[in-house]
Amino acid sequence: MCCRSRAAVNRIEETELRSCSPILAAWLLLFAGSSAEAQPKSGPDSLVARGEYLARAGDCIACHTAPEGHTFAGGRAMPTPFGTLYSSNITPDRETGIGKWTAEDFYKAMHYGRFPDGGLMYPAMPFASYTKVTRADTEAIFAYLKSIPPVNQRNREHDLRFPYSNRQLILGWRTLYFSEGEFKPDPTKSAEWNRGAYLVEGLGHCGMCHSPINALGGTSQSDAFKGGLIPMQNWYAPSLTSNREAGLGDWSIKDISDLLQTGVSMRGVVYGPMAEVVHNSLQYLNDEDTRAMAVYLKGIAEGSSPPPASSVLPTSESSLLVSLGKTVYDKHCASCHGTQGEGKPPHWPPLANNQSIEMQSAVNPIRMVLNGGYPPGTKGNPMPYGMPPFAGLLSDNEIAAVVSYIRTAWGNRGTPVSAREANELRSAPLN
Amino acid sequence: MFARTIALAAAIATLTAFDGAVAQTTSQPPDTMAARVEACTPCHGNQGEGTSDVYFPRLAGKPAGYLYNQLLAFKNGRRKYPPMNYLLEFLPDPYLQQMADYFADQHPPLPPVAASDASKDVLQHGQSLVSRGDPQRQIPACGSCHGPALTGMEPGIPGLLGLRPNYISAQLGAWRYGTRTAKAPDCMQQVAARLTEDDVTAVAAWLASRPAPVNVAPAPKGTYVLPFACGSEPD
Repeated sequence: MCCRSRAAVNRIEETELRSCSPILAAWLLLFAGSSAEAQPKSGPDSLVARGEYLARAGDCIACHTAPEGHTFAGGRAMPTPFGTLYSSNITPDRETGIGKWTAEDFYKAMHYGRFPDGGLMYPAMPFASYTKVTRADTEAIFAYLKSIPPVNQRNREHDLRFPYSNRQLILGWRTLYFSEGEFKPDPTKSAEWNRGAYLVEGLGHCGMCHSPINALGGTSQSDAFKGGLIPMQNWYAPSLTSNREAGLGDWSIKDISDLLQTGVSMRGVVYGPMAEVVHNSLQYLNDEDTRAMAVYLKGIAEGSSPPPASSVLPTSESSLLVSLGKTVYDKHCASCHGTQGEGKPPHWPPLANNQSIEMQSAVNPIRMVLNGGYPPGTKGNPMPYGMPPFAGLLSDNEIAAVVSYIRTAWGNRGTPVSAREANELRSAPLN
Repeated sequence: MFARTIALAAAIATLTAFDGAVAQTTSQPPDTMAARVEACTPCHGNQGEGTSDVYFPRLAGKPAGYLYNQLLAFKNGRRKYPPMNYLLEFLPDPYLQQMADYFADQHPPLPPVAASDASKDVLQHGQSLVSRGDPQRQIPACGSCHGPALTGMEPGIPGLLGLRPNYISAQLGAWRYGTRTAKAPDCMQQVAARLTEDDVTAVAAWLASRPAPVNVAPAPKGTYVLPFACGSEPD
């Protein structure tokens, strides 16, 4: 048992990425098992193995491991609009970790967002999502965390600005944005859909990024999965319900599954914060759970799309931009993405009919041109192809031009962007 | 009969799928490292030869072990340059090794030496430090680790030629101030800490003024003994 657990941790360490973009929340994905079906055997070993799988689904490692730090020993800085939080040590060290916690304490943390002494956790810990995780799954994760090597590393104090340093404020936040309760299956939907919903809404905590976050750091229930700019990171987490953004209503289940499991698909590729989620979490989910998430995500896409937004740029300016954009595109982009934006999917993504290019927020396409990027290396795609950064080669005007061009060419229904928008994103944080 | 119809339909479906797969492979990017590292080329050149930006170094022909150490350091955030940290953050270590091997295998010619605007005194001071060091200040000669021809040694010690003075100064400065670090014992940090700003300017100017030797390849592992222990070049 001991040896086995150690091996499990080693597996995680070997493949883990030590750094992940810190973010107010975390993105995860997760999966949790509504137990019975995914449980191969009973006994402590299988409980630990299931807990490890669920911890992957919850992407605990992304926040609870510092760059070059010990796995799960915490200490990762997470900048938020309210100051910097430091993640905690969740190894079973009795002095500095969760070694003295009981299973009940752990459930209270996951389900209610409270420490064993009743103190309130900051909602950077996604307990508003984890509250949906079943008790059996929570206990499996706890059994896994108890099985890993303890690391003696004291938690670092948070560095929050007044008045956010007052934890009593969390009470107000909880009243507005937190409703406790395990996932309730929808009896009118299939078991697969419900499994996907459980994973997406619970351990996966997808809503932490894919829902708009207001000035109080909260999300109202009615805005769930409607997309939003991720605070501090300046990447746009697209709506999962609008087919004009990342809504997957017209994607095939295979393409959605490929994207989640390998990071690339025939329709698009993940970059930025979502690359972290695929790298640390989603690639480890089994085919059944991946498919369940795909079924659910396709299911929540809204039937009809809102009309395209109208451009904020005067027409003469945009036509000049678009014509310069075509010149830039033909010189720098067409060799990979094709003269008609057809790409060579899955590795060189298509730009024509690509929702992430067309959606109202142009933040992601502008950042991709500026910063380039690699999709995550995954079991299914261990040697990904990369997009070159053009920040040093193209002027603000050229960036705006080429982004305006790809957003409006080949039947794409996006709107032109301005050189000012391109310029502002040059200083966006990269990690 | 019904079963046969089904079987036939299945066969047709399979063929169709197969055709689709063939069509797909024809429109795939080349299955080469060159295509996979295109993201590196705007800053480092198509073959890693460098570009006109003086702060972006040449990668071509450096020892693969050195390049791999740098890729890991950028990935883990030990070496800080956000555009690099961002690109490498989610790439598996074996893939980084392949990238390192790829650039180590590229051999574009070294660039012509640019005219130096450094004074004769500065160049002389640089030459003295590079070739003899300064025993009084416990500064070893650059060549004692980077090789008599300054072309480095496998697997972890880089050559110092073909780099621009701005890049060399920036890196020596980063070692001095501790913003660039390597595995302990961090020999470069120890050496750089003993350099003054004038030393750095002189060393950078002199190194950048050196013409390419006939053989630019790094010396094989173990060709000479390092004057002190170095975490980047394990025994």
